[in-house]
Amino acid sequence: MEEKKGQDVPGLPDVGLSRRRVLLSLVAPGMDRPPAQSGEGQGGEGLPAEAATPEAPPRALGGKIGRRRLLRMVGLGALAIAPMPILPELIRSAVAQPAEPPRGRRDPARTRDGRIRQWTMIIDLRSCDGCQGVGGPPRCTTACVEGHLAPEPMEWIQVFEEELPGGGTRFVPTPCMQCQNPPCNNVCPVGATFSTPEGTVLIDQDRCIGCRICMAACPYDRRFFNWGEPPTPPQARLADYSPEHQVPARKGTVMKCDFCPDMARAGTLPYCVQGCPNQAIYYGDLEEDVATNGRVVVAASRFLAENDAFQLKDELGTEPRVYYIPGHGEAVGRDAFSRGRAPTEWPWTEVSEGSVTWQR
Amino acid sequence: MATLSAWQERLEATALAPVSRTGARFWALVGVEVAVLGWGLYAYSVQLRDGLVVTGMRDRISWGLYIATFVFFIGISHAGTLISAILRVSQARWRTPVTRIAEFITVVALICGASFVIIDLGRPDRVLFVFAYGRWQSPIIWDVLAITTYLTGSIVYLFVPMIPDLALFRDRLTGRTSRWRAWLYRTLAIGWNGNVAQRRSLIAAIGMLMILIIPIAVSVHTVVSWIFAMTLRVPWNSALFGAFFVAGAIFSGIAILIIVMAILRRVYRLHEYVTAKQFIYLGYLLAAFAAIMIYANISELLIHGYKLEEGAGFHLRQLFLAEFAPLFWFYLIGGLIAPIVIVLLPATRTVAGVVVASILVTVAMWIERYVIVVSGLRVPLMPYESADYAPTWVEWSIFAGGLALFALLITLFTKVFPIIAVWEVAEDHNAAVTSPAPTYAAVLDIAADSAGGSS
Repeated sequence: MEEKKGQDVPGLPDVGLSRRRVLLSLVAPGMDRPPAQSGEGQGGEGLPAEAATPEAPPRALGGKIGRRRLLRMVGLGALAIAPMPILPELIRSAVAQPAEPPRGRRDPARTRDGRIRQWTMIIDLRSCDGCQGVGGPPRCTTACVEGHLAPEPMEWIQVFEEELPGGGTRFVPTPCMQCQNPPCNNVCPVGATFSTPEGTVLIDQDRCIGCRICMAACPYDRRFFNWGEPPTPPQARLADYSPEHQVPARKGTVMKCDFCPDMARAGTLPYCVQGCPNQAIYYGDLEEDVATNGRVVVAASRFLAENDAFQLKDELGTEPRVYYIPGHGEAVGRDAFSRGRAPTEWPWTEVSEGSVTWQR
Repeated sequence: MATLSAWQERLEATALAPVSRTGARFWALVGVEVAVLGWGLYAYSVQLRDGLVVTGMRDRISWGLYIATFVFFIGISHAGTLISAILRVSQARWRTPVTRIAEFITVVALICGASFVIIDLGRPDRVLFVFAYGRWQSPIIWDVLAITTYLTGSIVYLFVPMIPDLALFRDRLTGRTSRWRAWLYRTLAIGWNGNVAQRRSLIAAIGMLMILIIPIAVSVHTVVSWIFAMTLRVPWNSALFGAFFVAGAIFSGIAILIIVMAILRRVYRLHEYVTAKQFIYLGYLLAAFAAIMIYANISELLIHGYKLEEGAGFHLRQLFLAEFAPLFWFYLIGGLIAPIVIVLLPATRTVAGVVVASILVTVAMWIERYVIVVSGLRVPLMPYESADYAPTWVEWSIFAGGLALFALLITLFTKVFPIIAVWEVAEDHNAAVTSPAPTYAAVLDIAADSAGGSS
């Protein structure tokens, strides 16, 4: 191809020219050649450059004009592209609220020697009986709902009843897994859901556009959408919103378990940990290797290793921060074949005016 | 030569006819379309007021009719690219009378498709956040980029080959039409007078565009499929998804083109230019893509079904035996096998037959999109009873409104712009008259003419 070019128009920087010719003959064989030849075009590759050569003179003129025009086009194109880098900034200044919404805390929680804490949760399934022993709905869910003023029917920590391979069931309290490779986080188009240095995954409901691709991406079914005006109690309106404390809920946005880092920093355990009557849920910091259920303190790594801990769907590579100790409530005297748990209740769906509830 | 100019005059008259004469039936049609669109807008206002709670979607099946329709419309938009770009590159002469229609379907379908994404948003008021805070990691941003690029490219690709015809309208209609029309044609014709330099620029531009638009079109439906394939869900977990979606897009694009062509041919009496040949050829293309779709389906379903990974058994069961069985079997038999049979049997290889096949394909491809979206989300991720989804009246109304918008834009377009690429048709006609060399393509033409000669 290159040798041919040299022969046709010796000593000319004719890249544009010959490309133009290729295009011309590709597009419209009937236009730049005698009509009789037009039928040959079917073959496609090969013929263009040579076939067009006999008509060099008029094309050379066209080539010159084309080059000048090309320069002009490149110039105009550059002018059009130049503002692109500042375009997001312009739109941002047009659409953003006066004050940037709080995007988690600026300073992550640290250990006393300055290392960033890595929040974790260990759920001891040996002690979880789905609250069959105390009766009523699972207390972890109830405590979470009441603490976070979560709209019905959101169970940020939900107690699933899972079939065991040999028959019988076990109860699995399931908060957000706080993945270290979070699929939800990757797919979010606007960065509304994000990972913090502490290893938690949060959602900024002031940023969320409600496209729900994170819900499609989450393999644990741990994301909840405010399909309508969220049913929350009136006092929720007074709360100071932050992604770590998602109150009040906002219509048309996604919510989930936030792992209560604000409470941990204040020296309180998450609502679900506090609510569990059997102390089955441990909360802690992997960096300092410590976890507690409110009664005992354990060394997290040793506790996990010695009790054969596992993670949910770890084969997916999501690297959850929530660990489980296998069991079916035997430590609190539950029989593996006693099925069923009471449904969760939301006490404020009736007092919240103008709101609607929906099924999950 | 006298016959040639008479032929040319008749062509121009046919192209001008829709613009110069407007009957009561046209306004009746526009009225119906506007009414349906208005109803859809009312439904959307209800949704804006109450939130997405008025739809059938919930946390576990969090996408439904809207996203399916979005994928469907983006698929249809491949009509224009396929017909004009691919056939132009391969120099298929028979395509010229249908290119304009195809290119316009592309633009309209993209507009309709993009609006369904916004309709699906929980916070449409924040749609500009996509530009302000967009992250390249997200498949949705890939979609925004690909679709806006494709829409821009399609508008340019619709406009550039239309310039000589706009000039024709300007020359023929000035003084005989309203002032805004005269102004419109004068502006859009951008001083076209058909001299050699202009023609050369035009052809170079078209050549550049038609090559550029093909990879853009392929990328568009590939990234649409990646919205699904990038998630950890068994039914969507497929490396084939991009190619499968592109094939399905072109497949439904051909079908919708055939339907629109048949309607416009009848309404505007284009029988001389849009002949049985165009229908038969597009029918062959339809059959070829049906075969590709069958291949893709077998490859997709067999790989899942053979290994039966967790969730795959549930998925295949809901497709073939349970909730989605009627829809899915209609898609397989009515949408993939029947069109091949209709096009391949000489008895049904007529304009009517091809149109029927296209209607089947269009319906089936919408169903396919719906089944892919809903069935993919329905497979339970945790130990819970699988959820169910049924669209509500709001969703159906907005869906109908979207279809009405599609029809309305095409209806109005035919009244303003040349629906036949006059200059290209004339050029091909001249070439055919002056050089009646019996090429392979010409032999095929004759075969198709005799096959579809009855209608």
